[in-house]
Amino acid sequence: MTEHAHPSEVITVDNLVQTIGGQEILRGFSLKVYQGETLVLLGRSGGGKSVFLRHLIGLMQPVSGTVTVGQEVISGLQERELAKVRRSMGMLFQNGALFDSLTVADNVAFPLRERGETDETIVSAKVEEALQMVDLAGHEAKMPVNLSGGMRKRVALARALVNQPRCMLYDEPTAGLDPIVADSIDLLIRRLQRKLGVTSIVVTHDMKSTFTIADHVALLHEGRCYFYGTCDQLRASTDPVIRDFVEGRSHDEP
Amino acid sequence: MAPARYVGDLIFSFARYLGDLALLAGETVRGIFHGQVRPQLVVQQIYEVGFRSQLVVLITGAFTGAVFATQTYFQFHRLQMDTAVGPVVSVSMFRELGPVLCGLMVAGRVGAAMSAELGTMKVTEQLDALRALAVHPVDYLVVPRFLAMLVSMPLLVAECIGVGILAAYLLTTQILGVSEAYYVHNMLHFTGGRDVAMGLIKGMVFGVVIVFVSCHQGLNAREGAVGVGRATTEAVVIGSLFILVVNFFLTMTLNIFFPAGK
Repeated sequence: MTEHAHPSEVITVDNLVQTIGGQEILRGFSLKVYQGETLVLLGRSGGGKSVFLRHLIGLMQPVSGTVTVGQEVISGLQERELAKVRRSMGMLFQNGALFDSLTVADNVAFPLRERGETDETIVSAKVEEALQMVDLAGHEAKMPVNLSGGMRKRVALARALVNQPRCMLYDEPTAGLDPIVADSIDLLIRRLQRKLGVTSIVVTHDMKSTFTIADHVALLHEGRCYFYGTCDQLRASTDPVIRDFVEGRSHDEP
Repeated sequence: MAPARYVGDLIFSFARYLGDLALLAGETVRGIFHGQVRPQLVVQQIYEVGFRSQLVVLITGAFTGAVFATQTYFQFHRLQMDTAVGPVVSVSMFRELGPVLCGLMVAGRVGAAMSAELGTMKVTEQLDALRALAVHPVDYLVVPRFLAMLVSMPLLVAECIGVGILAAYLLTTQILGVSEAYYVHNMLHFTGGRDVAMGLIKGMVFGVVIVFVSCHQGLNAREGAVGVGRATTEAVVIGSLFILVVNFFLTMTLNIFFPAGK
């Protein structure tokens, strides 16, 4: 792993091991994420990228190894003890995970109301601002079932961002979106980083997106961090595993 | 050896299941006292659980009371004990039929809905979204359902019993020709506060059983739509069986505090 001079570590993952259904998904994965950067985690489908991401917010507990957020080791904490750390983070799920019993506006307002905001004027203003940010103003009254996949994802992004988290986790933010919307999501991630200093960890397969948003790239291969470096280092790498991934080669017979 | 092992595994699984239910109950109580109770969600659940179950419960109570009164009358009529139909129906409705049948109907209607809703939320990552937003799923989903059930279930049982007794009264006095005055007198003479208490306590306990069994199934649903379907079916089956089994032990225990016919 390449060492870089950075202000401070927001997330430190040390020797993470996770087993699902008897299969070892993560085999001692270690990684550091620094304040204000965008780190893109690449890896093959089913390789454990989403599993890794879920550990960073305590949705999964590792078999062994530790995850430290700020100064706090979150591995092994009870559900209620994780609330404080989670309030400083946001997560965009692969399929949005919108609450289907709530409207778009209520979904976005959910984190505000849950954190005690009782002034509905403030709630409405923040919801409107968040929806404008993802280009969905005017869709407040719709139910999630009436939205397209891309719109659902953007509403979920607005919900994750409405409380202005210091750290954002994105699970395949551009998967299933048309290139224009995908580009707007990429630019939004970049804008959040530059304007608000939001630290972002993005799990994706999308190489175009990676080169647009990443300060650092990590490649998860066979349960370990196979590569860590900048986009330029990724492009310049001659390692066959990295080249196959960057160029999308399968080696299968046609 | 294999059958012994099978029985052993079964007992172990059952003990673990009871342990899971106890942990969920503990987390719910913790949520009420140390978490955040959301009154709006409790009211919404009272509407879902209590108000919207009324038709089912009223029909169940009315026809159970009517059928039971008819059968009792046909037997008692041979012994010239027509006016004893009132107390038999009312005591039975209060102590057994009302709470048990109401419980079974609510397990079918509400238990299935709870399990399906929570199960769908589980498999579509909505529970994880709640957790990621620093909201405990038990506080947000189970606590309101538990509190709503505590309020609604005794009222539903009371309605079921009331309608059952009324249906029995109307049928026996207006169609079968039993004297109204003797019917009412005997019924009031042999039915007391102990019977009312037993019925309402049973109703409340069955409500708690339904909530925890259904929510546990939903929160632990797996494998997509198939898993949700399985969780829903199991919620109804396990909930109904638990009601019947718990009812036996409740009858034995409550009879010590509220003995029948005294």
